[in-house]
Order: sequence, then structure tokens, then C-alpha cells
Amino acid sequence: MEPVISIKNISKKYRITHKKVRYAALRDIITYALMSPFTYFKNRAKKLFGRDTKEEFWALKDVNLDIYKGEVVGIIGKNGAGKSTLLKILTGITPPTTGEIVIKGKVASLLEVGTGFHPELTGRENIFLNGAILGMGRKEIREKFDQIVEFSGIERFIDTPVKRYSSGMYVRLAFSVAAHLEPDILLVDEVLAVGDMEFQKKCLGKMDEVTRTRGRTILFVSHNMDAVSRLCKTSILLDQGKVVAIGKTDEIIGKYVHQMQHGDTSLTLPITDEEITLHDFSVTQNGKNAHDIAGENSFAVNLDFSVHKKLRSFRSGFFLKNAMGTVVSRTFTQDWDPTLEDIETGRYKTHLTIPARLLIAGQYEIEVKLFCLGTREYLKNHLIEKRITVFSPKDYNESRSKNTDRVGYFLIPEKWTVEREIKTNV
Amino acid sequence: MSISVPTKIIRPKKTLSFDDLRELWEYRELLYFFSWRDIKVRYKQTIVGVAWAVFQPLIVMVVFSIFFGKLAGIPSDNIPYPIFVYSGLIFWQLFSSALSETSNTLVSNSSIITKVYFPRILLPIADTVTKFIDFCFASLILVGLMFFYGYTPSLSIIFVLPILVILTFIVAIGAGLILSSINVKYRDVRYVLPFFIQLLLFVTPVIYPLSIAGKYAWVLALNPMTGIIENARAIMLGTGMVNYHSLALSFGIGMLLLLVGIITFKKIERYFADIV
Repeated sequence: MEPVISIKNISKKYRITHKKVRYAALRDIITYALMSPFTYFKNRAKKLFGRDTKEEFWALKDVNLDIYKGEVVGIIGKNGAGKSTLLKILTGITPPTTGEIVIKGKVASLLEVGTGFHPELTGRENIFLNGAILGMGRKEIREKFDQIVEFSGIERFIDTPVKRYSSGMYVRLAFSVAAHLEPDILLVDEVLAVGDMEFQKKCLGKMDEVTRTRGRTILFVSHNMDAVSRLCKTSILLDQGKVVAIGKTDEIIGKYVHQMQHGDTSLTLPITDEEITLHDFSVTQNGKNAHDIAGENSFAVNLDFSVHKKLRSFRSGFFLKNAMGTVVSRTFTQDWDPTLEDIETGRYKTHLTIPARLLIAGQYEIEVKLFCLGTREYLKNHLIEKRITVFSPKDYNESRSKNTDRVGYFLIPEKWTVEREIKTNV
Repeated sequence: MSISVPTKIIRPKKTLSFDDLRELWEYRELLYFFSWRDIKVRYKQTIVGVAWAVFQPLIVMVVFSIFFGKLAGIPSDNIPYPIFVYSGLIFWQLFSSALSETSNTLVSNSSIITKVYFPRILLPIADTVTKFIDFCFASLILVGLMFFYGYTPSLSIIFVLPILVILTFIVAIGAGLILSSINVKYRDVRYVLPFFIQLLLFVTPVIYPLSIAGKYAWVLALNPMTGIIENARAIMLGTGMVNYHSLALSFGIGMLLLLVGIITFKKIERYFADIV
């Protein structure tokens, strides 16, 4: 059988400039040239003769893959492994540096739902616009229009400008457009990471449905190993831009988990976005930074960030993920304090205590999230996470269970009450 | 549903190729939707939207007529100054608004560009479509003025006017593509541009006739908008004689701008999604 996607020697090179800003201003360059003309011209000359000292970075290096019709393939790997770059190349958003890909069939991607939504336009108008951007024809959209509206469940507001929508309605409409694409090849990237748990569940359900429909090929990029193992038979593990392993999903996930436990993430703070600076992020127990958490004591997650602009529908907090990448819990400052949703400028230090005897022993990741609901996620290109290992409480009787076969997500911190009836002769 | 399976081949991008044209044709519906979006948004509050398109040149015309026509006494080739300046203004505004819009288009649409693929060149083209509609509304006033002052356009208007409008697009898109490519890398283009457009107005015969420049008229003629505005006046208000020399020169320079624009645009398009 011929593959529907045939990837040959694909590499993608990025240049890293060690500048803090993403784009330059002409005035900066002019001032720079005037202030230190010697360095400036030396650098220009270096550039001209190709002796540039800029670092090159291969996001993908010699990737070869064949994907066949009807396969549902999971693509997993650490952040920066090249997963998203691969999808971006497949959709054509960014061209490869070398290599060739032959794709047979119509490709659509769910890189981000709601792409191209315009706040001034009504729900109806946005369905057409968004559908067209995602690759549907006018006729196709007209045919599916009723279905899309029905799935979104916002019939009543379909002629209201989406700027008046709640963020939940916005996401629902956006997702239902995306869910009605009927491509031969569907690329999905982390859609499931956005939105609340309920929405994630709905997405997963839709993914299940899409997967079962005849002959659709799906590439699924995710950090959620539960979802990957549920949806994909085959998986690919990427690391540092290379394909490390291809095979049955269970085996590949095993390799990935192993890799995660032996690697370490490094994060240098502070990091800055246009509107937010994260100064510090720490996990402490008994007032000291901690990686190993004793289960019998509570521990704290501390964030220290500045907001440079008044923001609306703001959320600050974190996802708590277990070793499989499943989000065990999510918690935001605004969960219990709605006054912080419309946040004023200033520096904020937030602390959350996680009670003792709550988590079962194991590895966890705490991934910081700073975003405005439905509109913007901050510091998205940085992986702001800390890995912790939680140990069982000292008084927890663990002698009979091994570390590896723990079942469940949380501990019930209460003791059983036992009443023993001693049989006596009546 | 189509039965044939489309095959797509992704390779490192070349700067120019004929595939681009084919691709542009494939994505024509998206062009329609982008223009439709811009028009919808522009005229959402219908009355204000249309009124704005008409009032802007009208007010400018009144102000210019008072200051340049009456007070400064700038000659206008024996055409009443209001209609003289207005005929130039509508073309000027078509050009300048299309130019400023296209130069910003990549940055303002970056959220789409980084997530979905389509030929990026659709964006600047779609932008100019709205500007054309503004132009049509503004032209209504010109028709009124022509009635008022008793001008009958020559018959050649049927052929020449569309050519002039298309030519304005070519010049605006050409220059806009160059500027938008620079804008991606150096964001201060945004600040420099309004100033630049203001200066351009003075080297374009909008508020004065080309004849005022005397023997230096050829310098002004290098500005492609000069030929366009002079010819527009000729067919609408003047002799009806098309100046083929200046038209050809405008066309030549316009095409050169467009070519350079497309090349710079295509070059930057390659790594565009990576740096926006």
C-alpha cells in the first residue's frame, strides 16, 4: 500500500539570535550603528562573509516517516522535540529547510480552534469566515451550517457579534466549526490542552468519533498520554528533532515516560511577555525549595509575577499533571477570588498550599498557566514547569504495594473506622 | 464530493514559481471571504461606515479649497478648484489607504498566519478591495460636483477609468508589499508610514497641477500616481486627451514596484510564520 503521507529527509533549521525581543526596531539598529559603529560594521562584515556567530538550531533533523491511510498516529516527545514544527511543516505554515513531503488527500489542522474569528462579526458570519480559513468551500459550509450551529448549542446567539459571547460560547462555536471539517488527513495539536475539563472531554469524544469514521488519517500531537494511548495504535517518539522510536503506542509511551523521568527541565527566570513578567516560580515545603515532597506534610506552590497592563478574564495558576501527563487537577487564583479576574497592573505574589495526604506517591509536574480566558496565553513558548516527587506519608502502610503499581489519583486521608464484632455464643 | 485525490508536495520554498499562480486560483474563495470580512467590518455600522468614506475626502476637499484654492491661490488649469482637488483626492485616498493597510496586513493578521496556511498574498489583495468600495462611494460626490459645475466626461472614461483604478492598485500593492515585508522585521515602519504618506502627497499633483512644476515636471512624473491623477483629470474634466506617455511611465514604474514587492514578499513569506 502506498502511504498517504510520505516524509523524506525533512529538516528544519532555525536561527537563534540571542536577543530578548522578537522583532527589531529600525531605530534600535540605527542607534546601535551610531553608538558603536566599529562593532556594528564588524558584525555586518561577518554576516556578509558568512562568518556569522548566530547559533543554528535544528528543530527537525532528517525525519523520515511513512503514514498510511486510516492510521491514527500519536506524536509524542518533550517540549522542543520538534512535534509542533513537524505539524507546521505538514500544514505548510512554515516550509522545511531540506527534504520533501508528499501528501495525498485534503489536509486540515486543528492547530488552534477559533483561528481568524473576528469579534465584530456575528456567530453566523464567523462560521463562514472560520470555515473558509480552515479550508472549507462556501457550498460545503452552507451544507453543514445547521449541523455546526446545533453542535455548538448557541442557536439563540448566532446573530450576535462574538465579542458579546462568553468565552465558553466562543470556544464552543470555534470547536464545532473545526469538528465539522472533513479532511482526509487531520492534524491535531494540543487542542485538548485548552479549555476546561468538560470541554476537553467533549473534544476527546469528538476525536473518538472522528477516529472511527472510515479511512481518516490522523496525526495527534499531545502531552496527554492517556489521550494518546486511547486514540492511537501507533506512535512516534521525537527527541531533539529526530525520530527516536516508532511502534505500538504502549511501548512508545513507556519510552517517553522513561525519558521524562531521567531528563531534567531547566528554566531560567525571569521571563517576560509583552504584558506579563514571571519573576519566580517555586515549590516549597516547610519554607524550603523542594523537589521531593513528604506526603505527610503540606507543600506550597508560589508564583511571583508582574502584570504590565490591565487584563480582562485573567487566570493565574497551574495544572498538576501526573507522570502520564494526565491533568490531575487545575487550580487558579481566580477560582475562589473573582475580583482578580480583571487584574490591575502591579506585582503579585501568590501562594497556594496543597494539603498533606492528598496526592498518591509518584512523579508530578506542575505547569504554570498565565492566560486571559479565550484570548491569550502568556509565556506560551516557555515550558514553565517543575517536576516533583511525592512520597507516601510516613504512616501510610505501603509494605504490600510496589511503587509502580499504584492505582488512582488521590489519597483519602481519613482512616477507616473498624468495629470488630467478636462472636460470642448466644 | 470530488473523487480525485489532491496530491500536495511540500518542499523548501522557491522565491517565484508558476505554482503560485495556480495556488492563488485554488484559494480564490478565501480571497472572497477575506474581502467579505473586511467589507462587513468596515460597514458594520452601515451609516457611519458609508458616511466616513464620503465625508473624509469631502471635508479635506473643503479645507483644501479654502486654504490652497482661495487663500493661497494655487492655479488649477482653469478648472474650479474644488472639483480639481476632489478628483485628485479620491485617487490619492484610494492609493494612500490601500498602501497603509497593506503595509500593516501581515502584522495585523499574524494570528491567522501562524496557524493556517494559505497564500499570504491574498491578504493585501483583499485589503484593497474594501478601499475600492470606499472609492466608489467617494466617487458619487464627484459625480455630483461634475453636475454642479457642468462637466461632461469624455467617452474614453469607460476604458481609461478602470485602467487608472487598476494601476492605482498595482502601485499601492507593489509598494505595500515591500513595506509590509519590512514591517515584519522592523515594526517601526508603522510609525514612519503616515509621515511618509503625508510627504508623498506633496510630490503628487493633487493640490496643484503638474504644469506648475515647469521644466521639473519629469521629476514628478516618476511618481506613478502623477500619471494616474493627471489622466483622470484629463478624461473627466479636461480635454479628454489621454497622455499615453505618462500613462505608460506610470504603468512601467507600477509594474516594477509590483515585481520588487512580490519578490521581497515571497522571500520573507518563507520564514514569516517563524518570526511574527
